[in-house]
Amino acid sequence: MSEKIKDHVSLFNGCEYQDMFAEKAKYENSETDAKVQETLEWTKTQEYRDLNFKRQDLVVNPLKACQPSGGLFAAIGFEGTMPFVHGSQGCASYFRSHFMRHFREPFPTSCDAMTEDAAVFGGHNALYLGLQNTYELYSPKMITLVTSCMSEVIGDDLNSFVKNAKEQGFIPAELPVTFAHTPSFVGSHIVGYDNTMLAILQQMGVKKETKNDKINVIMGFDTYLANYEEIKRIFKLFGAEINLLSDPSETLNSPTDGEYKMYRGGTPLDDLRDAPNSKGTLLLQKWSLIKTAEFIEKDWGHPVKVVNPYGVEGTDDLVMAIAELTGKPVPAELEYERGQLVDAIADSYYWIHGKTFGINGDPDLAYGLCRVVMEMGGEPIHVLVSNGSKDWEAETKENLSKYEFAKGAQIWAGKDMWHFRSLLFTEPVDMIIGNSYAKYLERDTGIALCRIGFPLQDRHHLHRYPTIGYKGGLQMMTWIVNRMLDDIDKKTMYTTSYDILR
Amino acid sequence: MSGKNVHEHGVEVMEEILEGYNDGTKKDRKKKLEVVKSEDVKCGINSNRKIRPGVMSMRGCAYAGAKGVVFGPIKDMIHISHGPVGCGQYSWSARRNFANGTAGINNFVTMQITSDFQEKDIVFGGDKMLTNLIKEANELFPLNKGVSVLSECPIGLIGDDIEAVSRATSAEIGKPVIPCRCEGFRGVSQSLGHHIANDSLRDWIYEKEVKGVEIEDSPYNVALLADYNIGGDAWSSRKILEEMGLNVISQSTGDSTVSEIANLTKAKVILLHCYRSMNYISRYVEEKFGIPWVEFNFFGPTQIIKSMRKIAAQFDEKIQQQTEKIIAEKYQPQFDEIVSKFKPRLDGKNCMLFVGGLRPRHIIPAFRDLGVQVVITGYEFAHNDDYARTLEYVENTTFIVDDMNEYEMEKLLENFKPDLVGSGIKEKYSTQKQGIPFRQMHSWDYSGPYHGVDGFKVFARDMDMAVNGAIWKKITPPWK
Repeated sequence: MSEKIKDHVSLFNGCEYQDMFAEKAKYENSETDAKVQETLEWTKTQEYRDLNFKRQDLVVNPLKACQPSGGLFAAIGFEGTMPFVHGSQGCASYFRSHFMRHFREPFPTSCDAMTEDAAVFGGHNALYLGLQNTYELYSPKMITLVTSCMSEVIGDDLNSFVKNAKEQGFIPAELPVTFAHTPSFVGSHIVGYDNTMLAILQQMGVKKETKNDKINVIMGFDTYLANYEEIKRIFKLFGAEINLLSDPSETLNSPTDGEYKMYRGGTPLDDLRDAPNSKGTLLLQKWSLIKTAEFIEKDWGHPVKVVNPYGVEGTDDLVMAIAELTGKPVPAELEYERGQLVDAIADSYYWIHGKTFGINGDPDLAYGLCRVVMEMGGEPIHVLVSNGSKDWEAETKENLSKYEFAKGAQIWAGKDMWHFRSLLFTEPVDMIIGNSYAKYLERDTGIALCRIGFPLQDRHHLHRYPTIGYKGGLQMMTWIVNRMLDDIDKKTMYTTSYDILR
Repeated sequence: MSGKNVHEHGVEVMEEILEGYNDGTKKDRKKKLEVVKSEDVKCGINSNRKIRPGVMSMRGCAYAGAKGVVFGPIKDMIHISHGPVGCGQYSWSARRNFANGTAGINNFVTMQITSDFQEKDIVFGGDKMLTNLIKEANELFPLNKGVSVLSECPIGLIGDDIEAVSRATSAEIGKPVIPCRCEGFRGVSQSLGHHIANDSLRDWIYEKEVKGVEIEDSPYNVALLADYNIGGDAWSSRKILEEMGLNVISQSTGDSTVSEIANLTKAKVILLHCYRSMNYISRYVEEKFGIPWVEFNFFGPTQIIKSMRKIAAQFDEKIQQQTEKIIAEKYQPQFDEIVSKFKPRLDGKNCMLFVGGLRPRHIIPAFRDLGVQVVITGYEFAHNDDYARTLEYVENTTFIVDDMNEYEMEKLLENFKPDLVGSGIKEKYSTQKQGIPFRQMHSWDYSGPYHGVDGFKVFARDMDMAVNGAIWKKITPPWK
């Protein structure tokens, strides 16, 4: 019945519509097909690449979002916490939509909906009412404020605003309201994550005389929810206690059972308060936790370790870091899992060895993906990171220089996906690894895209799988090798090489 | 709800909602909720007012209205999200405005082009950078036919002069450069963004006499205005108009070009779909060029046929006869087939709508054609004239909400338990958790088109798919 109805996928291919488009073109003042084709070909040239790389101010298809969105992601992982945007309503709606399209889950965020009058007189009145209504209607256990560029430009002082809101009785004095300044015109979402995590830890942590046996873990801006489960599982195998600071794995992966609960799981606020008293902290991303790491090292006075937990080598680093921080031996189960990952790579790497890759993503993930690809014998050629700093660029160059398979790697920090397009035309690779937006590059260049990153809006449920640990390594390897095989099938479909045996 | 007087039940729910608020918020929200009966002629909702802070409104901002709705779909222009990187990023390819052409060459709809403001730009201003940026864009995308500069919040706060930059760069590149002061803090919702964008088109296209293509004069030349071609809507609407014998010389802004925007003034009649977002241009063009405009509704059989006749009445007998002919010979049989297939599967179901623009009223009859009753409807950013128009569509007691928030939605779902909810991405997943089928009615939930005859088929299929999805019978485990 329903299969006979044509929707946009096939409807407009019919001649009725194709003829209509041809008719419509008369009114469009459109260029001739020849001119469009000629321009298209020109954009594939070295000449165009040179022009493209000369631009100083124009940014086209960047791979980064703004600070407050990263802040919301840090906040939503704490027990009963309502993220709150101090700024224009549009910001909150955009952040929520962005996360919901990726996770396909509710993502509550309140906002004080500042308007022109707040721009002139300051946003305090909006914030007072906003906090009051949020508290009364949604009963959060903690509210975490982030700022939009509007409130940053007018210079609102969150510290005194929150104090006044409590003194004037808009919200109870005992309600934790943490706040971070997250200007959109500095850094990107990963900096917002860092600023907000730092603020929450600074404002909530309660130092005691003695240390306990727990290890703090902070994942960074990690949107693969199964990673939160994976790190807890690894700690359990070690028999060690983890204090996972920001854990959105329940609230962003809740059941459909007839009831909607705004808050689920998350790091208990008591654990958050106790975080300074753990005996160490392990960070699973570096570039989204620069300031947080500095603060913990200085203020909490316990060891901080940073690892990049992707692939065999990355997970080895992770496992050894946990062993070192906890003083416990590596569990046999993990060694077994390691062997399973090595086994799987040995089965599959023939299809990847010698293949070239264009990788784009956030700084930590991009570097991790390079190592994953190289463990299969792949060669990263372009590593493009819009929100990679100069420091990231220098460090990544240095790190990659140790690897034989990275000889041809070029690091492109601060570049966007339109730069990437030129690179892919002038120095093509066998596969792109990136987020959903990279599908435009796949279409333009014909190079297969393997989707790993954020956001992933055009494929379902990928974020439910792990990417860290040996199990995560296996998952990423599976995605990459099977995508390569799909591409080979597509290219050989009408040849004798269209093999059953791969 | 059965057994109880529907109106009384609605009023009870309304009171329960208001009881949950503090005094100030209650006073504000009281003016935004109303239960109307079919015979009512006046809706007392006081709309287009500020959002109450902290209630979790579903609204967007002026930038969303200007860039996301009005400018974004114009395919041969470069739309610069002027300010920090976020706004352009979150709205990138998020509205499904389909457009023919080659991306990055003569079609720029699916691109995120931004000035990516940094701290130095806030401190020293962005005008110089913007000037250079427009030149760079024109070099890299030489087939563009114009540029729009869409201001984000900081621009209006730091006192940049984007109008001066636009005038100067327009002269230099020889193409329209259109400034649009749609900073997110302006107004109370997307709606002011629509208005500001309309004014920008007025001042920088029509007042500057930007030329379209040469057009052969005909009494049947029409403009299709304010269809954004979501999932191909404008195309399935255009098909009807062409089959009626009309020439669509301008389609905007879905799959539109600068030329088509300019062509608008050569139409004999303007056919306005989304009244809320582009009535300003229709009124202006009527006043300045004496071109009449007609509102129409291409959702569902009843309204499609009614609108076709309303449009045909603007023309001579030839068009009227042709219109009757295609209704009788072509469209009615198709409608009958779809209705006979899907109405039995949907008959008697209740639906809640909460959307923007025209949809909270325009879709009601399409649902009715399929036997579905809309019992709750509301607008994100309507004005009082939208509510007046809504009453024309209401045939049963209906709960009406302006600028609904998450708390109110929760209460409404709990009390009315609709069989289907049509709203946006922010409302989708919390609704589905409760076991209630849902369709995104901004983006057509990645389906479409929903306009026109071809669109109604997809609409009917999708609503059936939503309500009768197999999984909704599995919410409760067998042991419970």
